[in-house]
Amino acid sequence: MNTTIKLKAIVFALTIFILSSCKKDDEVVTGTGSISLEFDHKVGTQALQFGTQSYTNANGDDFKVTTFKYYVSNISLNKADGSKVSIPESYYLINAADLTSALQSITNIPAGDYTGIEFTIGVDEARNFAGAQTGALDPAKGMFWSWNSGYIFVMFEGTSSKSTQTGGKLFYHVGGAKSPTNAVRKTTLIFPSVLKIRNNAIPELHLIVDVSSLFRGTTTINFANISGFHGGVNGLLVADNYAASMFKVDHIHN
Amino acid sequence: MKRIVIFFSLLTCWLIMAISCKKSNNEEPQTNLKFVVPSNFPKPVYQFENNTVTNDGFELGHKLFFEDALSINNSVNCGTCHQPFAAFANLDHSVSHGVDNCFGTRNTPPLFNLAWQQEFMWDGGVHHIEVSGLNALTNPCEMANSLDNIVRTLSKKSPYPELFKKAFGTTEINSQRIFRALTQFTGMMVSSTSKYDKYIRKESGGSFTADELSGYNLFKQKCASCHSEPLFTDRTYRSNGLDLVSKDIGRDSITQTGTDRGKFRVPSLRNIELTRPYMHDGRFYTLEEVLSHYNSGVKNHPNLDLELKKGSSLGIGLTKVEQGFIISFLKTLTDHEFIQDKRFAEL
Repeated sequence: MNTTIKLKAIVFALTIFILSSCKKDDEVVTGTGSISLEFDHKVGTQALQFGTQSYTNANGDDFKVTTFKYYVSNISLNKADGSKVSIPESYYLINAADLTSALQSITNIPAGDYTGIEFTIGVDEARNFAGAQTGALDPAKGMFWSWNSGYIFVMFEGTSSKSTQTGGKLFYHVGGAKSPTNAVRKTTLIFPSVLKIRNNAIPELHLIVDVSSLFRGTTTINFANISGFHGGVNGLLVADNYAASMFKVDHIHN
Repeated sequence: MKRIVIFFSLLTCWLIMAISCKKSNNEEPQTNLKFVVPSNFPKPVYQFENNTVTNDGFELGHKLFFEDALSINNSVNCGTCHQPFAAFANLDHSVSHGVDNCFGTRNTPPLFNLAWQQEFMWDGGVHHIEVSGLNALTNPCEMANSLDNIVRTLSKKSPYPELFKKAFGTTEINSQRIFRALTQFTGMMVSSTSKYDKYIRKESGGSFTADELSGYNLFKQKCASCHSEPLFTDRTYRSNGLDLVSKDIGRDSITQTGTDRGKFRVPSLRNIELTRPYMHDGRFYTLEEVLSHYNSGVKNHPNLDLELKKGSSLGIGLTKVEQGFIISFLKTLTDHEFIQDKRFAEL
């Protein structure tokens, strides 16, 4: 056997090895997997505590939180090459007071490496006017207006000494899916590291959800001026605020 | 022996035929109910997508419609305010009366041809027939209940779990199934057999008297710009100048533009003879009062409809005789077959 043949054999073997290892990698990312979403609620940097803890908004107004609920819908996961995987029928109602709703899992996602997530804060326009719904969108969940049809996208309730409502109440019910008071907002979050969806592991996406984001951003909210509303133009101010900074990716566990 | 074989073969054949006949007889009513678009009507808005009408679904909706247990204290049902003989409006009640005789603020609208309606309520705040009952079920001044409580009540109340199973495949009761069953019932309420319809379709029983015909011609000139045929509404929101200042802001509570203050849905005039009193607050008890309002009672509301500002004075100029003709015509819109239809009768 001369060296040329030897060399050829080595090259051949190497090629096979490389090819097969490539193939192995491909095999790993076929199929589908799941993801676990964790919503961790805060007010600024402080943990969210209902009823007792007093917080201060960007305007310097004091407030306490009694209710914080919102819809996350139409989720899609983004890949580095710009492609997206949309999660069908993804409608989630998260109630910060209910730990089970703050932990959601999405199944049946094509395996792959993902670099970001996109979703609607609230419920898309079409589904607001699509008749009787069930599951997270069941009007029995108390997040649907009967007198002016449509979902409440984000519900914040609390108290403040600055509020002009009886009992110092604050009620912010953001919703409305028709122009000129369409409060449907989308958000895109970029992951700090790659999220690997595989069929043999369930990665965790840990999100921080900041209640105080409702009150700062394009409009600094003054509780004396805006203490309560159901949709309408005040809802748009708050929606523009939270669209910018309500959600933040804290970390990923693959 | 051969004969016996032939005899038994024939007997078997005959038995099979008899059984299959019987089967198809039993199944026939199951395919009876169908939503039919009358030939003189436009395409409906709601076409029972994801909610195909079945006999079981319709009958469940019928039972729910007249079910007192839908109200918080078992005192009222949908039919309390939506009476069949009043074309499912509330005869002689200016505003709705809910639980504990709580008075609402608006007149109960009649129910028919709902599948052609894009928006519901006097202010158009509800956008889909399937959720149009939600208001009445949960409003503290109507049935004052919650969806969770209704689901709990019906789940424990015989024969409902069984009826839901027949209609939807399992005994599970949820708000979506309740709304879909109710919609099968209310969506099937089509009023299209009035004398007017027969006149238009050239069917027997469709000949107008001279007064009715005069009324129809006047109607087309003076009223049809808003109450357009064949639904007798153009489905818009307008102010007809009832007051200078509106106590009830109407459509503006939904749009919040200011320019919709005092505007309300243009109601259909079908079955108008049966649905008194009239207007969003039920202020007029007779059609004569209504016509007289349009002739001489229209006030210069800031959002008064342009159609009522066309003449030398506000409103629609109509002599007493002309008003009488129009009322004669309006009575041809009464659909006796519809209000006597046993499928919608009170239970």
